Amino acid sequence: MFGKLTLSDLPFDDPIIMGAVVSATLAGLIVLGLITYFKKWSYLWHEWLTSVDHKRIGVMYIVLGFIMLLRGFADAIMMRSQQALAAGASEGYLSPHHYDMIFGSHGTIMIIFAAMPFVVGLMNLVIPHQIGARDVAFPVLNSISFWLTAAGAGLIMISLGVGEFSNTGWSGLAPLFEKIYNPGVGVDYWMWAFQIAGVGSLLTAINFLVTIVKMRAPGMTFMKMPLFTWTTLTTNVLMILSFPVITGALFLLTLDRYLGMHFFTNELGGNMMMWNNLFWMWGHPEVYIVILPAFGIFSEVVATFSRKKLFGYVSLVWATAAIMILSFTVWLHHFFTMGNTVDVNIFFGIATMLIAIPTGVKIYDWLFTMYRGRISFKTPMYWTLGFLSIFVIGGMTGVLMAIPPADYVVHNSLFLIAHFHNMLIPGALFGYFAGLSYWFPKVFGFRLDEKWGKRAFWGWAIGFMVAFMPLYVLGFMGMPRRLEHYVNMAWQPWLIVAVFGALIIGAGVLAQIIQFYISIRDRKKNIDRTGDPWDGRTLEWMSSSPPPVYNFAVIPKVDDRDEWWAMKESGTAYKQPDEYHDIIMPKNVIRGPVIGGFVLVFGFAMVWDIWWLAIAGILGVITTVIIGSAHDDEEYVIPAAEVKRIEDERFKALALVNEEKKE
Amino acid sequence: MVKNRSKFLTGSVLLLAMVFLSSCSKLVILDPKGPIGSEEALLIKIAFILMLIVVLPVFVLVIWFTVHYRASNKKATYRPEWAHSYKLEWIIWLVPLAIVTSLSWLTWVKTHELDPYKPLKSEVKPVNIEVVSTDWNWLFIYPDYNIAVVNHLVLPVNTPLSFKLTSASVMTSFFIPQLGSQIYVMAGMRTRLNLLAEHEGTYLGQNMEFSGNGYVTMHFDAVVTSQEKFKEWVDEADRSPKVMNLATFQEFSEPNINYPVTLYSSVAPGLFNHIMMQFMGWMGGTDQKMGMTGDMDDMHHGHRMQDSTRMNEDDDQVMMKSDSGHVQTKTMEEK
Repeated sequence: MFGKLTLSDLPFDDPIIMGAVVSATLAGLIVLGLITYFKKWSYLWHEWLTSVDHKRIGVMYIVLGFIMLLRGFADAIMMRSQQALAAGASEGYLSPHHYDMIFGSHGTIMIIFAAMPFVVGLMNLVIPHQIGARDVAFPVLNSISFWLTAAGAGLIMISLGVGEFSNTGWSGLAPLFEKIYNPGVGVDYWMWAFQIAGVGSLLTAINFLVTIVKMRAPGMTFMKMPLFTWTTLTTNVLMILSFPVITGALFLLTLDRYLGMHFFTNELGGNMMMWNNLFWMWGHPEVYIVILPAFGIFSEVVATFSRKKLFGYVSLVWATAAIMILSFTVWLHHFFTMGNTVDVNIFFGIATMLIAIPTGVKIYDWLFTMYRGRISFKTPMYWTLGFLSIFVIGGMTGVLMAIPPADYVVHNSLFLIAHFHNMLIPGALFGYFAGLSYWFPKVFGFRLDEKWGKRAFWGWAIGFMVAFMPLYVLGFMGMPRRLEHYVNMAWQPWLIVAVFGALIIGAGVLAQIIQFYISIRDRKKNIDRTGDPWDGRTLEWMSSSPPPVYNFAVIPKVDDRDEWWAMKESGTAYKQPDEYHDIIMPKNVIRGPVIGGFVLVFGFAMVWDIWWLAIAGILGVITTVIIGSAHDDEEYVIPAAEVKRIEDERFKALALVNEEKKE
Repeated sequence: MVKNRSKFLTGSVLLLAMVFLSSCSKLVILDPKGPIGSEEALLIKIAFILMLIVVLPVFVLVIWFTVHYRASNKKATYRPEWAHSYKLEWIIWLVPLAIVTSLSWLTWVKTHELDPYKPLKSEVKPVNIEVVSTDWNWLFIYPDYNIAVVNHLVLPVNTPLSFKLTSASVMTSFFIPQLGSQIYVMAGMRTRLNLLAEHEGTYLGQNMEFSGNGYVTMHFDAVVTSQEKFKEWVDEADRSPKVMNLATFQEFSEPNINYPVTLYSSVAPGLFNHIMMQFMGWMGGTDQKMGMTGDMDDMHHGHRMQDSTRMNEDDDQVMMKSDSGHVQTKTMEEK
């Protein structure tokens, strides 16, 4: 009836895991209780969960990303404290197996369930707006993508309390993840959560690629697209080309584990080296998938807050395109030490270094955007400046490791850990945080608190340096990654410093949570009545904050790269059009959450070999899709009069702001 | 009170500084004891300095621009429309390009020079060592002396060391940081590593690739001694009552941690190949009758096949010169 699942799979015997499970469940119950108490279920269901509005979906993605970021961060704190303690005679407080699961879940969560939702969330919030569109190309698909990602995240959260998680890292380790070495359900949880979220990401990429290619406002040629749109476009190309590879690789692993096949096994012709190749053929582009949009955000932020045109737009576009292409030619640098021939290593080494060129160009383009500007230091700018200063260190260590013989001595050491965190924390995460504080007022109508935002920045930036610079040193001291215990006492002082760094980052995270609280409490004080709180340059600042559901009452015509800025300069901004037309918008659908629910059931059933439930889950998905496809009534019309009413109100409010300004 | 506290503070700062300074001498990667490691450490330093050409200006410009062009400094030039300059853009493309070009040249030369598969040139005859990783121990076989040792390496100084590595279980990575270059160790395949130690001493060796529950215990001492001491150690091993045959290997390779350092006075002939071949059932058999050779790894690395010098250089057994597909068909027919 329940496959392999028995009561003994609940971790009653491990107080640490049980504590986490109980507190997570309690927090969940409190949230559900509050929703019930305030009778918000209907509101939540109709306005959010079934919404196909890209702005709403974007917010849900970011909420999901932030919750998972907290979970991944808790994992990080546990690993750092274990390593600070477990030297020599001391065992630390985590069992080896528990520690090994934590590094797997930390990586998987941070990449797949924190970074990806964050990045896709920001795309959702901004892209249609920035290209002058009313929604994405396929709004229903957008909702389904989100719910697939959420289903994957749900599966990982369930693994905390039911069964175990994978001990083979976020990248999977062939052949350690095969059934004979890993008979438990940990690898299956990892595999299915990853697979489900991956399908969601692929669908998102198709959606946004079509949106950007087909739905730009008239006049917005490719070379007039804002940089964030450009980097999103390239990211979507990367996702479409790379995600099928990991989907295929995970499918082969599924065959290995469920049907006893031999794709990555030791024996019967299995080839573990193929896993490394397939994984990193997706894995390396994936790094750029999460970083390129952040580069786009930095481009927007640096121009806006320097009150100046972006320097070297054409260079930046070509640099982005070059990174997109090169990112497919470097995967082998993740395993220079696998005994490849010299020429193979050289090819991939040099290809890797080449990426440093466009990246360096970008850095200098941003710097020269500030040159002869008028820089105002708002929170998004803090994140950007922090990124510029810290990211280059990681770039340097990256090029270092691109030289195969240098990599032979630092590979798989903490140097590598320091390097990729040095890329992903300033490069990706700082970008998302910059984007979040930059676009937050657009979505919610009020700015985030500056004081706590800057405190959060200092926590992250200083904490990062204190936590990760020691890891570079430890790499040179020969310390391997993923150690749950060690005997070399010389490593310990540096690991103790690192745990303090992690705690400082923790203070930064806390400051972010306080920032949300304070900002919501004082929302009247930070209200944005113009829709353009930062004196922005691109189309998303044209509408009100928060924007009406249709974004633009009249689709703008674009003549300039910084169209909104040009309109403000020429005095054509804030002009009410003479007439309005009916606007057709997509209706809410319940297919998204329903499919997400069925897929979650399917994933869970597959993990535990509950075959009847797996079949029921997959049939549920298919039925929902068929019923949904037969559904014609997908759109509704906002009459011109209603549009006019909404817009009149907006312009009335604007007039009020202008009068106050004059006084 | 305040004075005491400040004294306490200075004291602890000094103490901390000492701890960190003393551990700086333990930067083993930058304190190599052999030519391979030395070259690699030097390479790291050269690359680091070259890259500073691009990176240092970034720090300078970030500080300069943010201070000078802050909004409150109304005296600074403000040119909101300035967004393009051929001169500047040529520089920011060409300088990184130049640096990457020189690094590429360095990569070309050094990757060839430091190829872990390349035998080291020396007057002294190399010592062969066969490395087997298990769950979760290391077995080192010295085929030239017909001895073996578990979780402990003894290496003669100034002698080329030629390692051949395979795994009896999952993938691991063999690394003695102070001698340089790690290499993956994989079942059913053989990788190679050539090192040389120039200084006597005891160095830490370890597994760098996570391999399951006992992974953290997979470290060992690599003792580099004089030729004489090495001979003595070989003699000592020769006197050991223990032998490494298939039965002892079976027992040893059962998953276990911290297997005690053990010397073996003899090793079953072809044990290393046997361990490698046990994963080769799909090729038609696990024994060596069919002429499978020590170059099985070269079949997996298809590209290695083309390099015949690499194929013929050592093994005592019949060479398999055809491509793997051909051999496979043949054995199938024989079956």
